[in-house]
Amino acid sequence: MFLRFSKILLIYFLLFSYVESAESGGMPQLNPEFWFSQIFWLIITFGIMFILLSKLVLPKIGENLEVRKAQILENIEAAEKQREESDKKLKEYDQLILNSKNEAKDYFNKAREKILKDVDKKRENLEKEINEEITKAEKEILDLKNKSPEKIRKIAAETSSDLIKQLIGVEVNNSSISAIVEDVTRKTN
Amino acid sequence: MASNPMYQFNVYRIGPEIKIGEVDLSFTNASLFMVISSLAVLIIFNLGSKKNSLIPNKIQLLAELSYTFVSKMISDTAGSKAKPYFSFIFSLFMFVLFCNMFGMIPYAFTVTSHIIVTFVLAAFIFFGVTIIGFIKHGFGYLKLFVPSGVPVVLLPLIVVIEVISYLSRPVSLSVRLFANMMAGHTMMKVFGGFVISLGIVGGWLPLGFSVALTGLEILVAFLQAYVFAILTCIYLNDALNLHH
Repeated sequence: MFLRFSKILLIYFLLFSYVESAESGGMPQLNPEFWFSQIFWLIITFGIMFILLSKLVLPKIGENLEVRKAQILENIEAAEKQREESDKKLKEYDQLILNSKNEAKDYFNKAREKILKDVDKKRENLEKEINEEITKAEKEILDLKNKSPEKIRKIAAETSSDLIKQLIGVEVNNSSISAIVEDVTRKTN
Repeated sequence: MASNPMYQFNVYRIGPEIKIGEVDLSFTNASLFMVISSLAVLIIFNLGSKKNSLIPNKIQLLAELSYTFVSKMISDTAGSKAKPYFSFIFSLFMFVLFCNMFGMIPYAFTVTSHIIVTFVLAAFIFFGVTIIGFIKHGFGYLKLFVPSGVPVVLLPLIVVIEVISYLSRPVSLSVRLFANMMAGHTMMKVFGGFVISLGIVGGWLPLGFSVALTGLEILVAFLQAYVFAILTCIYLNDALNLHH
């Protein structure tokens, strides 16, 4: 709408100015007075600009862009490489930790087994010793038991002889006393 | 005469008259703005290519963005075969763009608002593209005028139309740019004149129009340079990759 309005206005003014400046040649663009000058200077300025741009400036800009691209790619590659390396290291580290954990478990298990074995062994030894002691003691008791009647007889004979000596003041023959004691014990039994 | 909206397109001599034979090659205001535009392009892109830091500074970024913009435009429209013509299309785009943009400065002269300038550029492109086409394909380039899949009865008509459309390329290319630039500048001048003639009371509306038109004209200045360059790419594509 705005454009159409302005176009109509423009056409009106172009016509208006054309009519108004008819004596001065209308549109200056159609005045060929400076056409060759414009063509000449266009070729000169555009030509020099084109040559300088294409020979000096544009290759350098292109090169700068290429260099930057290469640099960025290189950096990305390096970063990728480092990431991979760190991943590898992390895996190694995990493996190391797992290994040491397993080792520690092994150590622990071994130590436990050893301790258990030691304890068992010691207990066995102890039991053996105790058994030995017990058998020894039993043997001793048995010995004592076997020996005791004779001793008692002896003690009885000695005490009897001592008693008799003190009571009567007579030394009695040992053999007769022991015979008596023998006799008494047989009766009491 | 200064209130005449066409007055801004007048070409006048700056400095002495230079004549070679009968031909007037004097330095004019048009020549001045051609020199300014091409110098500006050279300075900006030279500065943009000087230092190569990994993170570009502003001017380098500008140069590199323009470079990739034009190179992408060429590879999108004309394919990889058009790479050798990159510098020419880049120069063309930048020259037209800077001429258009410098024309937006008040009291500046718009080089591209003259039909002779745009026509010389368009004619050069037309002949260049035609020559490239004949070099690449020999007389097979004439197949461009014979589209495939057209009934034989219609063929003579189609060929005539194709030839006419091909020959009118330089005219349409040059007139498009010239007319756009001239129309825009004339319109701005007209609205500027309205502001003065309507005065403090009624001048605000045309002033607003003028402001809006300035924005529109800056857009048009870029767009026309882009269209000029992309049409060149399309013509080049026809010459390089014969599809018909």
